[in-house]
Amino acid sequence: MTKDLIAQHNLTDEEYQKIVGILGREPNITELGMFSVMWSEHCSYKSSRVHLRKLPTTGPRVVQGPGENAGAVDIGDGLCAVFKMESHNHPSFIEPYQGAATGVGGILRDIFTMGARPIALLDALRFGGLDHAKNRHLVKGVVAGIAGYGNCMGVPTVGGEIVFNDIYSQNPLVNVFCLGIAHKDKIFLGTAAGIGNPVIYFGSKTGRDGIHGATMASDSFDDQSEQKRPTVQVGDPFTEKLLLEACLELMAGDLLVGIQDMGAAGLTSSSCEMASRAGNGMDLDLTDVPRREPGMTPYELMLSESQERMLMVAQAGKEDECIRICKKWDLDVAVVGRVTGDGILRVRDQGKVVAEIPAKSLADDGPRYERPYSPPAYQDMLTNLNYDALPDVKDANAALLSLLESPTIASKRWVYEQYDHMVRTNTMIRPGSDAAVVRIKGTNKALAMTVDCNSRYCLLHPYEGARLAVAEAARNLVCSGAEPIGLTDCLNFGNPERPDIMWQFVLAIEGLKDACEHFKVPIVSGNVSFYNETNGLSIYPTPMLGMVGLIESVEHTMTQWFKQDGDVIILLGKTKEDLGGSEYLKVLHHREQGSPPFLSLETEQSLHDFLLKVIREGIVQSAHDCSDGGLAVALVESCISGPAERRGAVVRLSLDALRRDALLFGESQSRVVLSVKPEFADRVLKLAGDAAVPATKIGTVGGDRVVVEVEKGQWSEGCRIDLTVDQLYDRWAFSIERTLNQA
Amino acid sequence: MKAKIHITLKQGILDPQGKAIEHALGSLGFKNAGNVRVGKYMEVDVNETDKAKADAAVKAMCEKLLANTIVEEYRYELG
Amino acid sequence: MKIGVVVFPGSNCDHDCEHIFKDVLGQSVEMIWHKESSLAGLDAIVLPGGFSYGDYLRTGAIARFSPVMGLVKEFAKGGGMVLGICNGFQILLEAGLLPGAMLRNKSLHFICKDVSVKVENAATAFTGACQPGQVLKIPIAHADGNYYTDPVTLAAMQANAQIVLRYCTPEGKSTPEANPNGSLDNIAGIINAAGNVLGMMPHPERCAETILGNDDGKLIFLSMLESLKKDKKPLKMVAG
Repeated sequence: MTKDLIAQHNLTDEEYQKIVGILGREPNITELGMFSVMWSEHCSYKSSRVHLRKLPTTGPRVVQGPGENAGAVDIGDGLCAVFKMESHNHPSFIEPYQGAATGVGGILRDIFTMGARPIALLDALRFGGLDHAKNRHLVKGVVAGIAGYGNCMGVPTVGGEIVFNDIYSQNPLVNVFCLGIAHKDKIFLGTAAGIGNPVIYFGSKTGRDGIHGATMASDSFDDQSEQKRPTVQVGDPFTEKLLLEACLELMAGDLLVGIQDMGAAGLTSSSCEMASRAGNGMDLDLTDVPRREPGMTPYELMLSESQERMLMVAQAGKEDECIRICKKWDLDVAVVGRVTGDGILRVRDQGKVVAEIPAKSLADDGPRYERPYSPPAYQDMLTNLNYDALPDVKDANAALLSLLESPTIASKRWVYEQYDHMVRTNTMIRPGSDAAVVRIKGTNKALAMTVDCNSRYCLLHPYEGARLAVAEAARNLVCSGAEPIGLTDCLNFGNPERPDIMWQFVLAIEGLKDACEHFKVPIVSGNVSFYNETNGLSIYPTPMLGMVGLIESVEHTMTQWFKQDGDVIILLGKTKEDLGGSEYLKVLHHREQGSPPFLSLETEQSLHDFLLKVIREGIVQSAHDCSDGGLAVALVESCISGPAERRGAVVRLSLDALRRDALLFGESQSRVVLSVKPEFADRVLKLAGDAAVPATKIGTVGGDRVVVEVEKGQWSEGCRIDLTVDQLYDRWAFSIERTLNQA
Repeated sequence: MKAKIHITLKQGILDPQGKAIEHALGSLGFKNAGNVRVGKYMEVDVNETDKAKADAAVKAMCEKLLANTIVEEYRYELG
Repeated sequence: MKIGVVVFPGSNCDHDCEHIFKDVLGQSVEMIWHKESSLAGLDAIVLPGGFSYGDYLRTGAIARFSPVMGLVKEFAKGGGMVLGICNGFQILLEAGLLPGAMLRNKSLHFICKDVSVKVENAATAFTGACQPGQVLKIPIAHADGNYYTDPVTLAAMQANAQIVLRYCTPEGKSTPEANPNGSLDNIAGIINAAGNVLGMMPHPERCAETILGNDDGKLIFLSMLESLKKDKKPLKMVAG
């Protein structure tokens, strides 16, 4: 092996020596390739593993924690919610349509491999500003790719979030969340148990696409990256749909021992991981692997990332029935090996052994690094912000309109109308509320789902930012009437070999840990995406969260929009001077600085307990969390985001000792805008008092204008927002469409 | 024999994809571009040595499956 | 009643249609795999939405050659009631059971949203439970719903009241703004001359339960059951 060849495989000298030690000889080229993908950052978690261990992953509801294709949480009635979120960032930058489409395909397979029928998809996307043509191209491509794949599969895309910031121009993020429902006693795992059991390949044929995708996801970008296009896989959602139905039919019979999809690192990862989990080995014969092109080498066959392929281990003697079912669904299928007891992954081609590696050393014994970390020199510059130098808002109307049409806050209607969000007829709350809600047929339950992360907060303080992300996700679920029961994370960061990036990562993990432990929400699955960096510029730390909540009875489902004129508007929580890291500072003052908002986990928890109580009591008409754009934006969204009528509101706020902009647009945490029928207002306020949750009656629903009267305070004059509902709606609803349609 | 088949929307039927591309070409400065029509291109190996037989087979393929003659028209080369 | 729901490779609204007839309306449902060789004992057939054969080549173009489609044609010829929803409608067009063809949406995008449709003919076997001119709110979810047919066929369908559903404003006006996909004459659903085969792009099965916030779509299914009950044969359609 030449030094060049080793370096091309992204292996260090030390790692190479470790390989030689394991094998007791030099690896051949196929083996080198197999080690290189399995020991890549993407597959081995070599930089993150020592930290991920700190996360809370257990709880009374947890049926399957991290380490399998997806996590599973008990939802009662003998059912489990199986879910996971995964990134497909690098491929989506190189080829947005196929990158995003295959991201959807990959996460769907992770879910149905577990024996769960996928019932919901959500996407968390990050793009650069829409004033750049390249970013508009990426947005259109990614959205079309998600739509193209998810719609064809018949799995509804019920929600998601999109944030625009130029830091993502060269490194857009595509994080896809999927949830499925399985019977608790019919969860399938990726295990190759039972010596002598047949190993069966099924799905699409293997081609040369995507070779080294996992290593690509473990490297930074430079100007040459767009030329990496040939390594991007092409998705075939139709075949995946057949694969889904075939899998569920295979699982309904008593046929399988284990099953795993061929995702990153394809045949290599699925075979060695299944063998390793069972403490077994596997003999693979590549001769019968279905292939798309002639002349493929063992190296290519073992490393191909062709999509829509699966590996199953069947009970001995059940091969024919497995093959019959795969053929019924027009899939390629072949017995390609047997489980062995010697722990060795042995690969043959045309009778010749081409690779022989202990399965466990590939799957689990990869290098682990405790990489050095320290805060970046610029961190203080980021957090120190002299607010006195920033003029307070004068024209609150103009500021509000600017915020509403900033694409991060504006309606994502243009996006979600391209996604089939209703197929499977479970969608109770469609995209555009705090969380998406789907009912669980055959029960009286529903699940709420949300994806959240404010990466600007994470930049300014990774620990606080991660805690804030957990709090917001939980708050979104609670506002929908759900109790948070589980979490999946998708940790997007820059280059872990840089101490400042590693510092962000380590602090974010600490924040996740503390917040999850406090809310008792276990993390059951996840994914790490490092090297989101181009030409030395990293993305903001983006620990994306996908949180799932349970609604025990569907009548307790809540939405964010005002329902009836005359209803009383109540603000829960306290508004403080929390302008740091706000969308307002970015849009109006072009600053992404300051300290992120203060968060007390205790305060947040009592807010959640109180909210769930009043929602379940049926005395709340709407509940909407205050996040980007603060109270003013939350009020307007409550007025205009409903699927049917839009409503006005008249609100009066007192400034006390606050700045006007902090009151209207600051992003203080643990706040929710409620509307209640007048006859229940007093009861809600009393219950809030009992629960020590600050609650203030601030106005009334009704009219065709949104009027917010801000009374004079200790240090400042008051101000007034007064705009028609139609104007607010027009700015908010069509902003993204208008921007994208410019040439 | 290889058939190279082109399928496009009939003249007179609105081709929104073509229109969008035409618009994009215009905004990129290709003022000389007009009347863009988007279609499909297919290659089919026809296992016939007789040209007339191959021609009849390809025509039947187009009529029966490859084109929807209510809205599409087709042409092909055999070689 | 016994309703058959055809499952093509790539169908994805098959379970939704099954759910409505079975769980919501209490009928018995048989899922018909596309390679099935008999439709015996069925009172009506539903071709559900989805992406049969991935919508590769053209929507519905490959599914129409599935073995089951021969049986569906026989069934329709014998007066049997056939409902095609979305991809099912597209298959009916390709199979020649209904006239016309589908083009790509004018916006070029897949569109998923609620639309208003007006019941232009409430005297069919599929709309008998609706009021004439009633406006229904039903979601669409398609990329190819831009209906086209030649002027002669269109005129004949208009004269024969075969245009059953038209996209309209919530007030019932069929304006260009209310047309989500560029469809000719705002067509959302059409019926054959015999009155037993209906194709519609909107998805009534997605809005047939109050828990989903809207049950307008239920009227389509109730109409079918009513007319099946009357004499196990669809209503004769009356023009106008």
